[in-house]
Formats: sequence, C-alpha cells, structure tokens
Amino acid sequence: MFYREAGQFKTTYGADQAVFPIRQDQVFVAIWLAIGFFLVPLISSEYLLRAILIPFLILALAALGLNLLVGYCGQLSLGTGGFMAVGAYAAYNLCVRIPALNPLVAFLLAGGVATLVGIAFGIPSLRIKGYYLAVATLAAQFFLDWVFSRVAWFTNNTPSGSISAPPVTLFQFAFDTPVRKYLLCLAFLVLFAVVAKNLVRGRIGRAWMATRDMDVAAEIIGIRPMYAKLSAFAVSSFFIGVAGGLWAFIHLGSWEPLAFDVNRSFSILFMVIIGGLGSILGSFLGAAFITVLPLLLNQLPQWLSVPISTAMISHLEAMIFGSLIVFFLIVEPLGLARLWRIAKEKLRLWPFPY
Amino acid sequence: MGFFIEVVLGGLMAGVLYSLVALGFVLIFKASGVFNFAQGAMVLFAALTLVRLMELLKSTFSPFLIALVLTIGVMIALAWIIERLVLRPLVNQPGISLFMATLGISYVLDGFGQAVWGSDVYMLDVGIPKRPIMLFESMVPGGVLVPSEDLVAAVIASLLVAGLGLFFQKTRIGRALRAVADDHQAAQSVGIPLNYIWVIVWSVAGLVALVAGIVWGSKLGVQFSLGLVALKALPVLILGGFESILGAVVGGLIIGVGEKLSEVYLGPLVGGGIENWFAYVLALAFLLIRPEGLFGERHIDRV
Repeated sequence: MFYREAGQFKTTYGADQAVFPIRQDQVFVAIWLAIGFFLVPLISSEYLLRAILIPFLILALAALGLNLLVGYCGQLSLGTGGFMAVGAYAAYNLCVRIPALNPLVAFLLAGGVATLVGIAFGIPSLRIKGYYLAVATLAAQFFLDWVFSRVAWFTNNTPSGSISAPPVTLFQFAFDTPVRKYLLCLAFLVLFAVVAKNLVRGRIGRAWMATRDMDVAAEIIGIRPMYAKLSAFAVSSFFIGVAGGLWAFIHLGSWEPLAFDVNRSFSILFMVIIGGLGSILGSFLGAAFITVLPLLLNQLPQWLSVPISTAMISHLEAMIFGSLIVFFLIVEPLGLARLWRIAKEKLRLWPFPY
Repeated sequence: MGFFIEVVLGGLMAGVLYSLVALGFVLIFKASGVFNFAQGAMVLFAALTLVRLMELLKSTFSPFLIALVLTIGVMIALAWIIERLVLRPLVNQPGISLFMATLGISYVLDGFGQAVWGSDVYMLDVGIPKRPIMLFESMVPGGVLVPSEDLVAAVIASLLVAGLGLFFQKTRIGRALRAVADDHQAAQSVGIPLNYIWVIVWSVAGLVALVAGIVWGSKLGVQFSLGLVALKALPVLILGGFESILGAVVGGLIIGVGEKLSEVYLGPLVGGGIENWFAYVLALAFLLIRPEGLFGERHIDRV
C-alpha cells in the first residue's frame, strides 16, 4: 500500500513524462534531498564527512559516468582511473596557468578536456567490441598513467611528481571545512544526476540502449553507431573528468599519479556492476557499498578486539571483499538497484495480502 | 648488429614468458567464454604454494618433486572449488558478470595465498641454470649474450604448447574441450558433461599457471608483483585473439620483441618507462586492422 500508484491520474502529457511520475518517488527523492542537504551537515562528525561521505559522493559521480558508458551503451571500459586523472591534472593545470580562473569553472573545463581524451580513446570502439575493447581501454589507462608520471609539464615540473591543489573558492566563499566540501560535492552530484537521468530517457539515451542491446540491429533501424558510441564516451568521460577534478581538489588535496591507477578503474567498475548496470540509482548504491565495505572490514577486528597483524588484516580484507563481490554477483546479478525494484513491487501490497 | 640480435632474442624470450600466461587465459576463454582475470592471481598462488611447500619439505629426498605433485593437486582442487562455488551458480549470466566474478576470485586468491603462505619475497630455485651463454660467435662480432634461464623457459614453453596441442588434437577429453569451445549447447546435446569439462579446463589453466609461476618465479622471485604479469599478458591476448593458442604464442613473441625494441630504441627519446603501455598501444594498432586479433575467430553478427 505504500507504493501503490492507483488514483494518481495524469491529465497532461507533461505530467506523464515527468522524471518521477509517481508521487511516492517524488516524496522519496525529496526526503533524501532534505536529508542530504540539511540533516547530514547538521549531525555528521568531521570524520564521517571526510572519510566516508565526500569520497562516496565523488565516486558516485564517477560511477554514474561509467554507468552511462557500460550500463547504457554497453561499451566495457577499464580506463576510468585514467580519465579521472585527466580531469584532475587538467583542472590543476588550468588553475595554475590561468590564475584568474575559478577552480569550479576549471572542473567543468577539465571535464571538457576529459571529454576530448575520452572521444580519442573511444574511437577504437567503432571497430572493436567486447573484451577486446575492455583491454584496449586499459591501454588508455596505462598510457595516461605514464604521461602524468613522466611528462613534467603536467605536474608543473614538480620534482617529486606530487601535486598540491589550490583552494577552491567562490565569491570569497572558501570550500575549506568538511561540511562545505560535502555540500559542494553533493550539489555537483545532484546536478549531474539530473542531467544523466534526463539524458538516458531522451533520444540519445535510447540510441545508447539500442546500441547496447544489439548494435547491428540499432544500425539497421537508423541509429548511427559512431554517433551513439562516441557520444557515450564523451558524456561518460565528462562526468568522470569532473569527478576526477573533485577527487583531487576536494578529497585528496594533494596527490600523486598513483591515486588514479588501474585499481581505481576496477573499483569504479565494481560499483557499477554491484549497483546495477543501466541504473542511475544503482550507481549510488554501488558507490555506497564499495566505499563503506573496506572501511567496515578494516574496523571489524578492532570492534571484535581480535589481535591480528595489519598485514593479515589487509589479506583478510582482500579475501572478504572478493568473496562478497562473487556472492553478490551470484545472488543478484542485476545489482542492488534490482533489489530496490523488487522491494517496490512488494510494497505495492504489503502489509495487506492483496 | 650483435646488439640488435641480442635485443630481438631477449624480446623473443620475454615474449615466450608472456605467452605462458596468455595461454591460461586462452584455454579458459575457449572452453567457457569466461575472460578469466584471475589467471595472474593463479600464477602467484601456484608459485607461492610451490615455493613454501618446498621449504616445508626440505628434509625429504626430493622437495621439488613432492611439492610439485602437491601443488598440482592444490591447483586441481582450486579449479574444482571455483567451478562449484562460482561458475556453476553463474551459468547463463552475461560475460561481464563472469568477468567481475573472476576479478573477485583474484582478490580472494591474492589474499588467501598471502595470508596462508606469507607475503615476503621468496627465492624459487628449481635448478634452472642462470649463467648467460654466448651464441653465434662465429657469425656476429662479439657474439650474442643470452641468459640461459630464458632459453630453458623457451624450451619449457614450447614443450607445453606442443603438449597442449597434442592433448587438444589427439585425446578424447581434448576433443570434448574443443567441442565445448565451438558450441556449448551442441556439445551438451551430444552428451558432453559441461561442468566436468570446466573443471578440467580450469585445472589445465591452473597447471599452465603453475608452469608460468615456476618460470617467472625463478626469474623474479616469488612475490606479490608476480600476479601483475597478467596485465602483461592482456595485450598478447588481444593481439593474438582470445580463442587461439597459436595466437597466444605468436602474439607473445610479437609483443615481446616490440616491447624490447621500443624500450631500447624509442624509450630514451621519450623519457623511458614506456614498457607499461607500449604493448597495449601496439596491440591496439593491430586491432584497428584486424578487430578480432591475428588468429581470433571472425564473428558474424546476425540480427
């Protein structure tokens, strides 16, 4: 009864085509936004914001971008870390070389740079499919890793290769406390989620999904595969580039090329798969799961007060993390978003029998 | 000239080592369509198991042989466990789920191997001679210096490939494996038990991983970074084609030579350290010409 849409009549086309046509969804989203913008900043501790919520928001943005590419357009990519690095280093270089530029603008421009790089590395997808493409995107990852660690220009000739980001401000308002950083990231995430949601239900999103489901058939009904695939790479890289800029400037503050290595790519791919391919909500759920899980696993021995060495903890952590991923894939191959969908179905009737 | 030959030979030897790892990938992909990212972790796990068992069995008459037999047993058991716990529940899932599952397996194997066997660097000495030898002294002034361990590795790899070729062509199980690779459903309908075949193929891949682990391990020492050779094998894989054993070998040789040549002649120009990505870019360039790799099967898409 909590999720019953009976009695909600649509009298205009506009109402029927709304992003959330069902009232319960609207209420639900409004509640979450209220919690996110008002309640969380009030009650969260600094540690919670800095160690969990800010990384979660930024990685959710990256996962959202990757989900557009992998989940909606069906192009498997393992180069996410590399594209995040492009965003981070582009934002840094824009800020350093054009001092008048506001970092927030630099993030968006960096997203644009990542878009161009993404399109360049997306071009092979026109010829190559499936796992071949996945390995080809690894080429992007390793090449970008190398560029940022070897070419001194990108790091502004820093001898150690480690970079400190300039502070982020807007009209004298400095995003320096965890709460302000959190709100900034949340604002970015909400903005981009709205963009993504509208993209995937529009013409371009449908072109992506048709390409994903069967690219030959899509081509035959008049979808240009080049346009669909490259636009997916472009949009996805833009999201990921902005996320990379945020990750470097807001979360890390100072970073080395290692911050964006291939493990970052894998962890974001995990978020997308665990959360649910082809689902905006899934990107958030997956990001939350993958962000919180290692922290929990890390803390668990302390809570249980089991004395084991740190090396052992990290091995056990890897084991449990790996087994949980396999477990989730077996139990719910369509991801956490699917669980939510099932819950909604159940809530239509519950607690009544019919 | 002598130097050039030396570089090319070094590249060929390195290529053989890459092929050893790529072979494991190909075997599993052929038989089950799974892109097994855990192959690198299996190499590490096999080598760790072997080296630690050899230490435990030091007092017996032949630690290497006993440990080898035990490790083979462990790898077969591992294949069985993976089939039971991971592959069987995931039958008919999309390839990407299976790929992610093997990533999960690789985490588990890395963690488990190091938790049980320790995470130090272990020296693996199985009696492979290490002294470099001179070749072609009469033909090239100065001769060509070749590390003999690389030669041994090349011989082992060729024996392995020949053995696998015979196994696939001549034995009953090998034919069943090829049938499964061709068409799962058709194979099942003529009475080939799919699950049993998967256990076998994962076991064979485990044995290939063991051989790769022995060769790589005695070269580099057994340590965590051994698992990363999988990343070296991926360009070999896409260059040669996912479905072809021959492709893995030829691809490995091309990548090995290309990598060494680029390192020596191109590397100094751009600041070095290019071996991490050069192989990938090389493979990518090949792919643009032949999207299914050199020896991969050309798929015809039907609507």
